[in-house]
Amino acid sequence: MNKRLKLELQRWLAVLPYIAWGIIGTSVFVIYPMVKGIWMSFLDYKIMPGAESPFVGLDNYRKAFRSEFFWYAVRNTFLNTIVTVPLIMAVGLFLAVLVNLKFVKAKVAWRMVYYFPVITSWIVISYLFKYLFAGGEFGLVNYIFHVKLGWLPEPVNWLQNQWSGLVIIWTLHVFKTFGWAFIIYIAALQGIPQTLYEAAAIDGANGWRLFRNITLPLMKPVTIYVFINAVIGAFNIFPHVYFITGGGPLGRTQVLPVLIYKEAFDKFEFGYSAALAVMMGLTIFAITYYQQRKIGKYSVEY
Amino acid sequence: MKTRWYWQTIVYAILTAGVLVTILPFFYMVMTSFVTQAFVLPRPTDILAVRPNLDNYVSALQNNNFGRYFLNSVLVTGVTMAGALFFGSLTAYGFARFPFWGKETLFKIFLFTLMVPAVLNIVPQFTVIKSLGLVDTYAGLWLLYIGGGMVGTTFFLRGFFEAVPKELEESVVIDGGGSWTIYRNIYIPLSLPALGTLAIFSFQATWDEYFTALTILKTESSRTLPIALQLLFGKYASDWGLIFAASIIVLLPVIIVYMAFQKRFVQSGFGEGAVKG
Repeated sequence: MNKRLKLELQRWLAVLPYIAWGIIGTSVFVIYPMVKGIWMSFLDYKIMPGAESPFVGLDNYRKAFRSEFFWYAVRNTFLNTIVTVPLIMAVGLFLAVLVNLKFVKAKVAWRMVYYFPVITSWIVISYLFKYLFAGGEFGLVNYIFHVKLGWLPEPVNWLQNQWSGLVIIWTLHVFKTFGWAFIIYIAALQGIPQTLYEAAAIDGANGWRLFRNITLPLMKPVTIYVFINAVIGAFNIFPHVYFITGGGPLGRTQVLPVLIYKEAFDKFEFGYSAALAVMMGLTIFAITYYQQRKIGKYSVEY
Repeated sequence: MKTRWYWQTIVYAILTAGVLVTILPFFYMVMTSFVTQAFVLPRPTDILAVRPNLDNYVSALQNNNFGRYFLNSVLVTGVTMAGALFFGSLTAYGFARFPFWGKETLFKIFLFTLMVPAVLNIVPQFTVIKSLGLVDTYAGLWLLYIGGGMVGTTFFLRGFFEAVPKELEESVVIDGGGSWTIYRNIYIPLSLPALGTLAIFSFQATWDEYFTALTILKTESSRTLPIALQLLFGKYASDWGLIFAASIIVLLPVIIVYMAFQKRFVQSGFGEGAVKG
């Protein structure tokens, strides 16, 4: 027993110079803040040195449930997920299947263009969308759809209304992230051996049937991966709301991450902000935990 | 089996429409950046008729200090990338090649933290940096970026390190080399493609990072580009020409890296990893 202990100790000493960096970094800057955040959510936290932070139990949580701004943020966070995730997946898969067709040339060029919005900056794209959706006749979207095509009876004041504001946010979200799903899907599509299609073609299958009976079933694991990451991304919706509407008008386009940030750094309500953060973290955890475990076990087998 | 010409045409038409939707906003942004003194919203027809010039770019760099902020961003991003790669690869090496008690449990705890959204930690992280006395320093920012990103880099690199054949280590062991020599002479050179991909992701994420930088950096002259851009927008909200010239200065390095290493982005690495889980 003693010998065993000594061996384990030696092994730890051997590996410590390497993993110590990860352990320290993660403990100090991720795990400790997480634990402290949970604790802060039960306090009326004061950032000033020397000031006392009294324990208030569940007050911060109660305050959230009574606040209409909290409920708007919850509604919009879920809405963003429900609207954008299916769109991102559908557009990504659709374009990936098209680009992967045998006769389509210059495959790398298509990929580079579709992936381009993903690599650009959230802030820049946010301003760009604010500009494209500017009110009046000269905002590009109004110009095209009102002045030129006449589909809109009058120029829309996109940023002044909650639903049109949400439409901008959703559009931007899909625009900025569909390329990511597209790239993941196309990598998966190329991993499907051609022999499978050839064999099925000999049996007389073609076109749609090949897609439904071979492509789609084999896309299942990667689809779960894309789905989970798209859901996490949609929940963490942050910079574009912050930069485009800031949650306005009157908190009607607010989402949880921005509310969390603003309560802390604009209003210094750190305890309240932490309570919101804990609730959001638990929700994401509940949604993803089960699926995340499954992912590790999933793999495509031919 | 040949696909009929009209099907081919339809497919190309859809793909081209997708490209137009993707590219048009950027094209419009570039054209707007040539419009000077735009204090009201410029007409779309005027924008398309504009003559390319660099007036707004010069103005952004000279009058609005974007040259300085650019260098700040290079410094912040450069050190973060180097630190993330170096310390991340050390940790990944430890997990990939050493047997030790509690390894998988520790790794699971690491992975668990990946599920916690970043915005949740930002307030307590700030208090940690504050208690270390590192508010308004790059050191504070580097610690948060590198320390907070350790799990991601470790997770990404461990798989690559485990794929390196163990027999390669023997030559080093025969020469009397220890684990450090194995790390430096075997694992790092053989994992350069993976390290390269990681470097690009780290660059991209750090270059665009706004919220952490805003909470840590207070002094005006030490700001990074995203913060500078936000302030420029606050100051000249309707001068879209100037704002987009500054935006393009922010985007340019990312675009150059993207063009130079496009294969890493769109062809290899993380996509395959995704399929295998």
